[in-house]
Amino acid sequence: MHINLTAVAKANAGFLERVKAASGQDVAQCYQCGKCTAGCPVGYAMDEPPTRIMRLLQLSLKDEVLNSNAIWLCSTCATCTTRCPKDIDIAGVMDSLRIMAKREGRIKAVRSIDLFNDVFLGSVRKYGRVHELGVGMGHNLRTYKPFKDADIGTGLMLKGRMKLLPSKIKGQGEIARIFNEVRKLEEAE
Amino acid sequence: MKYAYYPGCSLHATAREYDQSTREVCSALGIELIEIPDWSCCGATSAHSTSHLLSVALPARNLTLAGKMGLDIAVPCAACYQRLRYAQIELDQNEGVREKVAAVTGTVYENKADVKSLLEVVASLDPEYLKSKIVRPLDGLKAVCYYGCLLVRPPRVTGFDDPEDPQTMDNLMRACGAEALDWGYKTECCGASMGISNEAITLKLVRDILQVAEKAGADCLVAACPLCQSNLDSRQTHINRAFGTGFKMPVLYFTQLIGLALGIEPARLGLKSHFVATAGIVKFAT
Amino acid sequence: MPRIGVFVCWCGSNIGGVIDCPKLAADAGELPGVVLSTEYKYMCSEPGQNSIIQAIRDHRLDRVVVASCSPRLHEETFRKTLARAGLNPYLFEMANIREHCTWVHNKEPEKAQVKSLALVSRAVAKANLLEPLFPSSIPMTKRCLVIGGGIAGIQAALDVADAGHEVILVEKEPTIGGNMVKLDKTFPTLDCSACISTPKMVSVSTHPNITLYTYSEVAGVDGYIGNFEVTIRRKASYVDHSECTGCGDCQTKCPTKVPSEFNLGLSTRKAIYIPFPQAVPNKPVIDAANCRYFTTGKCKVCQKICTTEAIDYEQQDTVITEKVGAIVVATGYQLFDWAAAYGEYGYGRYPDVVTGMHFERLVNAAGPTGGKIQRPSDQSEPKTVVFIKCVGSRDPAKGKEYCSRACCMYTAKHAHQVLEKIPGANVYIFYIDVRTPGKGYEEFYQRTISDGAVYVRGRVSKIYQMGDKLVVRGSDTLLGRPVEVEADMVVLASAMVSSSGIQDVARMVSVQVDKDGWLQEAHPKLRPVETHTGGVFVAGSCQGPKDIPDTVAQASAAAAKVCGLLSREELATDPMISTVNQAICTGCGLCVPACPYQAVELKTITERIPGHAPRERTVADVNSGLCQGCGACNVACRPGAMQVKGFTNDELVAEVDAICL
Repeated sequence: MHINLTAVAKANAGFLERVKAASGQDVAQCYQCGKCTAGCPVGYAMDEPPTRIMRLLQLSLKDEVLNSNAIWLCSTCATCTTRCPKDIDIAGVMDSLRIMAKREGRIKAVRSIDLFNDVFLGSVRKYGRVHELGVGMGHNLRTYKPFKDADIGTGLMLKGRMKLLPSKIKGQGEIARIFNEVRKLEEAE
Repeated sequence: MKYAYYPGCSLHATAREYDQSTREVCSALGIELIEIPDWSCCGATSAHSTSHLLSVALPARNLTLAGKMGLDIAVPCAACYQRLRYAQIELDQNEGVREKVAAVTGTVYENKADVKSLLEVVASLDPEYLKSKIVRPLDGLKAVCYYGCLLVRPPRVTGFDDPEDPQTMDNLMRACGAEALDWGYKTECCGASMGISNEAITLKLVRDILQVAEKAGADCLVAACPLCQSNLDSRQTHINRAFGTGFKMPVLYFTQLIGLALGIEPARLGLKSHFVATAGIVKFAT
Repeated sequence: MPRIGVFVCWCGSNIGGVIDCPKLAADAGELPGVVLSTEYKYMCSEPGQNSIIQAIRDHRLDRVVVASCSPRLHEETFRKTLARAGLNPYLFEMANIREHCTWVHNKEPEKAQVKSLALVSRAVAKANLLEPLFPSSIPMTKRCLVIGGGIAGIQAALDVADAGHEVILVEKEPTIGGNMVKLDKTFPTLDCSACISTPKMVSVSTHPNITLYTYSEVAGVDGYIGNFEVTIRRKASYVDHSECTGCGDCQTKCPTKVPSEFNLGLSTRKAIYIPFPQAVPNKPVIDAANCRYFTTGKCKVCQKICTTEAIDYEQQDTVITEKVGAIVVATGYQLFDWAAAYGEYGYGRYPDVVTGMHFERLVNAAGPTGGKIQRPSDQSEPKTVVFIKCVGSRDPAKGKEYCSRACCMYTAKHAHQVLEKIPGANVYIFYIDVRTPGKGYEEFYQRTISDGAVYVRGRVSKIYQMGDKLVVRGSDTLLGRPVEVEADMVVLASAMVSSSGIQDVARMVSVQVDKDGWLQEAHPKLRPVETHTGGVFVAGSCQGPKDIPDTVAQASAAAAKVCGLLSREELATDPMISTVNQAICTGCGLCVPACPYQAVELKTITERIPGHAPRERTVADVNSGLCQGCGACNVACRPGAMQVKGFTNDELVAEVDAICL
């Protein structure tokens, strides 16, 4: 099937502008040299490597972008950003795309990563700091792999490097407020 | 020298030895660290993958706490460092974000505390002074310094060293008497952020790093980030199982090696709590 | 017995890295006639040349062989070296052991060693037979002909005229200006094309040193460098331009409308017409093929209206001749006839599929739409415009193999203009590469992207009409996905091809046409405006596709060459030309048609042999001004009377023997 660029541009009008507003980056400037993909440590595992994400964006192919696993596999190492000859913060664009995908409920591609973020931030919200054991176990339980990395966890514990119980900061209320207010403000937008 | 110390969540748990060795080395070198009272998590990758505002607001609280202390911040964790730096720049340059952060934190941010990585702090010492403190030089130790991503990238945010061929850690290792080998994977990503959610990718990335380090002839890897260190150290068994390799590459914090060279007892540097034994490296400190 | 010196050059590692140069020199020392054989790292360098001079003096050398690179590179260099040493510069021979040997045989050094000695032996064999040669001189006519009145011809004519030489400028259209004056704005600075070219057109018409013949064509060129005789046919315009004031009443009243060539058929003109308001000369011509009087015998409206009685239906074509010393060919380009080749783009049957030149007229404030971009079909404003690059360019199957060089930039400019003039317009540009090698060009292209143009990498496979839309079906090779666009208008960047009359012009001035139809320059890098015919120069896109800056630069370069030539009172000719041994010439005349330069003709001589009555005989004669020393006559000559100096039969046979025996 041919992609009808006219129809796509009409259907996804404003998408590119939203990406631009969220990331502060003009992806139209990308001239498809491929340097980002060439240096991407995770590019080999992506369905749409960074260069193609940029191209899909240029054509406003929103579904392809937001449903890709690439935006989730991106490790945000910023190698692409550092080397981009057109000075595009590609990693920053990836951040914005992840946020957009999550808000639209498009998290199927790599659910485990999104889940990790949820569990991680859940811990921060609850205690003010991350309880690493809790995050690891929580993630494992919710991905139905309770014993994944159990050896590493046990090792850490035996070496006294894993706290069994989370420590809560005094200002936990401030943290919870930040989470609540951010959500309110963003929902209002 | 006096700094507000932001250890970050890892240093209170999986990276206790980084915390320990940092405190030991800084005290031996006359760098006073005062832990930021009631500091909170920076939000790390999960925050900036979820909400831009959240990713700035969480560090903002810590920046404000340090600002009240009237001190610059020393951050040992590369991830925390980058997020705090990013927030500092964003709050400083983006008025819209600054206003929103004020709204969600209830506090108006004032740019009073500068964010520095611990590596940067230690490297800012007079090299001659540092050398004068070395009592057990690491003669003959071949080390490859691993900077990873967040310490040097993106340079707009970090900026204290070259993003492609950083030298800060290498110079510190040389000052301690070790040989800092040139190698090609100084700043390649180790995939730590995906260690829990996508181990297959992380294993491949760590395998590549270990392979290049081994080929370079390294006795050990030197790290300046708790996430990199634990990722590179703790996954070697998994890697050997997955790829049929036989890696046994010790991965030490730069603070641990400096500590050894300063003559600090290995036990006080947390050298016993590594996955890959560090005894072979300790021997170099003579 | 000659005393030959052989000098083997290492050319750094180019030769020295492959063969054993000292051994080659030693072996060459054994060749007959060689009294000195030596080698050096860089023979062409100052110390290298000085060592040759010293050796000539020390060893009383009277022939020199240098074994090094191609004579095209350094033959002149070493001839001058000989002259500095007081030797006739033609007592020199070169053995090319680099291009002909070490570069191509660098994987087999032993064989290269053998071959290089064979090549040196050849040179030595010839050197033994070399004779001193002396250039002769011919007078110089200090006038210049420029063929073609586009921007290249205009620039060349003005430059030569400003230098104080007379110029004859011949243009076949009723006005000068060429393609450039049709353009709207020019990339990358967006200055108005007419604004920068019409002042130059006026300068041409008012310059005291320039004689302008418009509506005229060069019909023949005789003679040679410094002494050309040019025949020019002036087409009848049926208007006496010496009487005409250019008031324009005639074209207002003329009843016959025909499609305007200047506006590419996007508007009409009259049968008596001035092509456009700023035309130079600003005087009308009658298009007899469409004129009502000429086709039906009735009308004469223009004659009746003309107050100066300038209309002259009896006017005939006239032929004039001019003598010039140099010729600049500046015949320009035309656009590839895409409609004949591209069925997949509709064979020209969709009115809203136009070329870039049509777009130039559409967007031009002085054009048929007053500068409003409109579809030719319904005069509506297109909202989605597709540009297709490389239509006929880089397409060996349907068009030309080469890149037309200007299209990437003018398409970027067109895209910019659409986005500027039509709010909310969508622009898609299908391309296979974007080439922007010029000052400010890449920046301009990037600016167009910032304007909002969407570049899609991939050739368009098909265009078809669906309702009032043109469906453009292509692919995005960067995505690896087929795509299509519903366009209101499609603009094709069609290839530049050389002007239709180029073959005739090329034949008249004896310049070769290359495989693509462009005029062949003498050397693509080092002699880019000269041709292999002395005194004939090329400027602008008759030599290959070019944009305006390059065209103007080349035109000025050609003018500089012309001025250099015309500044001389007489010309030294290359002595390596044909000569006839009239004693053995049979007068068969086979050499005459063999000569591509018309340099040989037959003449009658009177022989006086003591004891016999004088008798008349026909023999060949070579015009030393025309002869280029190609040797075609030499090959055709059965008795061996024709010899090329410096390449005599004896010398050639000795060379062959040296290699083969």
